[in-house]
Amino acid sequence: MSFTSNVPFDVLQFAKTLTKLEYGDPTVLDMINQNYQNLGRAYRIGVTGPPGAGKSSLVTMMAKHYREEGVRVGIIAVDPSSPFSGGALLGDRIRMQQLGADENIFIRSMASRGAMGGLAEYADAAADLFDLYGFDVILLETVGVGQSELEIAQCADTTVVVIVPQSGDVIQGMKAGLMEIGDLFVMNKSDDPFSEKATQQLKSAIHLKEWGEWTPPIINTVATENRGIDRLIHQLNAHHSFLIQTGALEQRRQQRLVRRIKQMVTEKVERELWNKTREIKLLQAIQERRQPQHILEEIYQDFRGSFYVGNESESN
Amino acid sequence: MERKIRILIAKPGLDGHDRGAKVMAAACRDAGMEVIYTGLRQTPEMIVNAAIQEDVDIVALSILSGAHMTLFPAVLKLMKEKGLNDVLLTGGGIIPEEDMKALEALGVGKLFGPGTNTQEAIEYMKNWVSKHRTYKVV
Ligand SMILES: Nc1nc2c(ncn2[C@@H]2O[C@H](COP(=O)(O)OP(=O)(O)O)[C@@H](O)[C@H]2O)c(=O)[nH]1
Ligand SMILES: [Mg+2]
Repeated sequence: MSFTSNVPFDVLQFAKTLTKLEYGDPTVLDMINQNYQNLGRAYRIGVTGPPGAGKSSLVTMMAKHYREEGVRVGIIAVDPSSPFSGGALLGDRIRMQQLGADENIFIRSMASRGAMGGLAEYADAAADLFDLYGFDVILLETVGVGQSELEIAQCADTTVVVIVPQSGDVIQGMKAGLMEIGDLFVMNKSDDPFSEKATQQLKSAIHLKEWGEWTPPIINTVATENRGIDRLIHQLNAHHSFLIQTGALEQRRQQRLVRRIKQMVTEKVERELWNKTREIKLLQAIQERRQPQHILEEIYQDFRGSFYVGNESESN
Repeated sequence: MERKIRILIAKPGLDGHDRGAKVMAAACRDAGMEVIYTGLRQTPEMIVNAAIQEDVDIVALSILSGAHMTLFPAVLKLMKEKGLNDVLLTGGGIIPEEDMKALEALGVGKLFGPGTNTQEAIEYMKNWVSKHRTYKVV
C-alpha cells in the first residue's frame, strides 16, 4: 500500500485503516514507515486530566475554534477498557456530537486495552496516520491516571493538563506525574466558587518548580459556555511558536522517536527471549529449587549464546 | 488478538429517556464489546457519520418516541448511500410486531422490544458479526 496526498480523502477507507493499525496490521505499519519523511506536518496536542474534568467538552470547543480557522481537525479519544470483560464504554462523543457531521473533523474513540502492544505506541501511530492524511491539528484526549495514559500525553507536541477546582487542595488531588507533563494548565469549571482559590494554589505550585525557558501558563475556562477557549488557543499558538523557534519541537519529536524505537526493540527482544523452550526451562529450574541467581545466569547465557548459533527462530 | 466487536448505540429523535440505551450499552461492554455511546437527540446524519468514523460493526438505535418507522429507514438509507454495507442496523424500543416485520423487510436487522433479555440481543449481534464481518485480524 502506498500513500499519496493528492488522492481525495476517503473517510471509509481511513476509518478502516485506523482499525487495521489498532490490530497491528503490517501493511499499515509499513505504509507509515514508507512515508516516514512526510510526518510531522500536523500539530499534536495532548489533553489529559482526571475523569470528569471536562476534557471532552474542551476538546470540542477547541475543535470548533480550529474549524473556524479552516484547518482540518483529527480527534483521538482514549477511554479505559474494563479489566473484567475486555470491553469498553466509550462516551467521549456525547460531548463532541455538537460538532455535527463536519467532514473536516474526524473523531475516533479508542479503548485503552484494544490495542496490540503498547497503548502509547498505537496512539502515536494513529496520530501519524492522521498526519499523513492531511489533518492539521490532532487532539489526543486521555484520562490522566496511570502510566500508559501519561505516556500517551507525551505523544503530543504540546500537553494540556486539565484540572478542576476542588473543595480540598488542588495540588494534592492531582495525580502523580500530571504536574510534570503540563505545558499548559487549564483550570476548567471556573464557574465553580472555589476556582479562584484553586488557581492561586496551582500558581504557587507551578512557581515552586524550575521550568527552564517556558513556564506553563494557567488558563481559566468554562468549557460548557465556551469561555476562555480563545485564550487557550492563544497560549497554544504561543507554545507552538516557542517550540519551533527554540528547536524544542524537533527535540521533542526526536525524543518521542527514541522512546518509540526503544520500546519496539525491547518488545522484540522480549518476544525472542521468552519463547516456549525458555519458559519451560525456567519453570523446571524453579521446580528443582535451584537458586534464582543461577537460573538467571543460565537463561541469560543461553539467550546470548543463541545469537552466535543463529537458531533462535526455530525454537519457538 | 481477536478483533473486538464495535457497536454504536444512539438515541435519535426527541424523547429524553436513555435508560434502556444505557442498560444495553453496559451489557454490551460486559460482553466484551467496545461501545461507542453518543447520547441523546441524534440526527440520522450524526449517527451515520459517527458509525463511519468509528468503523463499527453494529449500529443500534433506541427509539421510544414512536418515530421508528421514519428513523430506521432514514438511517438505513444513509448507511447504504455512504457505503456502510457490512454494518448491522438493529435496535429496540416500543415497536409493534407488524412494524418490526415491515422494517426487517426493508433490510433492518432484528429489533427488540422493551422486555427483551439483553443476552438474547447480544447473542444475535455476535452471530451476525461472525457471519458478516469482512476484515478479520491476521
Ligand atoms: N459547570 C461546568 N461543568 C462543566 C464544564 N466543563 C465540562 N462540564 C461538565 O462536566 C461533565 C464532564 O465533562 P466531560 O467533558 O465529559 O469530561 P471528561 O471526562 O474530562 O472528558 C459534563 O457533565 C460536562 O457538561 C465547565 O466548565 N463548567
Ligand atoms: Mg472525556
